[in-house]
Amino acid sequence: MANALTLDNITCTFQSKNDPLKTYTAVKDTTLVVAEGEFVCVVGPTGCGKSTLLNVAAGLCLPSKGSVESFGNALNGINSRAGYLFQNDALMPWRTALENVAAGLEFRGIEKNETHTQARAWLTRVGLNGFFDRYPHQLSGGQKKRVSLAQTLIMDPQIILMDEPFSALDVQTRQLMGKELLELWQNNRKSVVFVTHDLEEAIALSDRVVVLSAGPETHPIGEYRIDLPRPRDVLEIRMTPQFLELHSLIWRAMKNEVLKGYEQQQTQ
Amino acid sequence: MNNNKPNNSAEKKRSFFARLPLIFWQMLLLVSLFLLWHVLTSPTLLPSFYFKDPFKAAFFFGEPLKVLERLWRWFIDGEIYPHLWVTLVETALAFFIGTVLGVGFGLWLALSAFLSDILEPYIKGFNAMPRVILAPIFSVWFGLGIASKVALGVTLVFFIVFFNVYQGVKEVSPVILANAKMLGASQRQLLRHVYLPSAMSWVFASLHNAVGLAFVGAVVGEYLGSAAGVGYLIHQAEGVFDINTVFAGILLLTAFALILDWAVTWAEKKLMVWQPQSNESKHA
Repeated sequence: MANALTLDNITCTFQSKNDPLKTYTAVKDTTLVVAEGEFVCVVGPTGCGKSTLLNVAAGLCLPSKGSVESFGNALNGINSRAGYLFQNDALMPWRTALENVAAGLEFRGIEKNETHTQARAWLTRVGLNGFFDRYPHQLSGGQKKRVSLAQTLIMDPQIILMDEPFSALDVQTRQLMGKELLELWQNNRKSVVFVTHDLEEAIALSDRVVVLSAGPETHPIGEYRIDLPRPRDVLEIRMTPQFLELHSLIWRAMKNEVLKGYEQQQTQ
Repeated sequence: MNNNKPNNSAEKKRSFFARLPLIFWQMLLLVSLFLLWHVLTSPTLLPSFYFKDPFKAAFFFGEPLKVLERLWRWFIDGEIYPHLWVTLVETALAFFIGTVLGVGFGLWLALSAFLSDILEPYIKGFNAMPRVILAPIFSVWFGLGIASKVALGVTLVFFIVFFNVYQGVKEVSPVILANAKMLGASQRQLLRHVYLPSAMSWVFASLHNAVGLAFVGAVVGEYLGSAAGVGYLIHQAEGVFDINTVFAGILLLTAFALILDWAVTWAEKKLMVWQPQSNESKHA
């Protein structure tokens, strides 16, 4: 069975905007394999090039070196099997919640009746029944995330890329969103690459945690299998001894990198 | 939810009554300005303090009562309608053609980096050029009828709309763009569903200026050579030192410029329901 995603030894180097002679290597010699149906969390200090990895997986950004495969096919342009949940607001502000969720199907050329029926069902599934005609600016941060989630999932992507999707939310909302995400995923197990800087969130959600080094030239420095039983209760699992054990194990590996990343931000 | 748009009639009514004091003060200012004008120009009310001849002030600055009477007669006798019609048709055509061209070229150039690099100095040059000076040339090219006035208005409107659309497309949120691509939007769908709506808020900010300039184009064109229009009336009146008619024409043009601006605001409100508030930072 082909893997959902294979990043093989990729390096991403960017030209500095101000000085074309200067280059910046965000990601270096990174290999990441995601099996079908696997939930992988990528954690690392802020500003370490986690988003770059996802952009490469999505086909929005070409690696300078190395190759990308998705479900056995070399990636050439946008990864059409992938759905992408962005960190920032990605909803079209000129479309209502319903029209935003229906957008992807509409781009495929499906008839409006059908797209709107499906979009209504998805909005209901993420708990936004009755918010169909709201514009994004009329929704709270958590509601916007739900719309984005529905917008991505309605396309039934084979692999879902998530870039710190809940980082802008308050702690309670973030945990609730994590819970709902797992419930949705439980019913229909797709591959997920979930990028976050929150280790607790990573352990609570995933099958496997990949720890990245501080940037520049980010690369994985450790992989941890999370064998907590499923289905999990995200709200309660943080208290179990097994969770705490994993947390302290991974945190020991991460700590130095986090401190390095922090120092770099201070000196910049 | 923080839905603070006054979208039911009760709220609309309340906001109207809340604004009543403001409207009162605005009206009071208007009336006082007319009174001041009247007092300063009337040959009999005040002793003349600047001109030796008490009728001189009225000769130079007109008399508000006569100006208003002139306006009244224009509408009662129906003399003004054909002229007003001509001016408004010229304005509307210039506005429409200029806006469509501006949106079209703005989108095209903003999406084609190579083309916009080549054309950049030319566009800047055309924009910096005092284009009102083209009016006599347009009269030669297009004759003394409506076409030459429309052409002048188009050159004025086009650049305002063009630059705003160009800017609007350049400022499209890269995240929204990437998201639409991930959702499978083709190049054409990106244009229709992302670039165009995103540029629209910039277009509307520019339309307030554009409608004013379309009007300027029409009136200046008429003023420089024509046989009809409000600009033509003003020009005729100036020829015989009929200051009251000149002022009547100016007042009429001002009133219609205001009405056109309101029309744009109204259309903006209808079409831009998705915007949180009117974008005050985006001015042309």
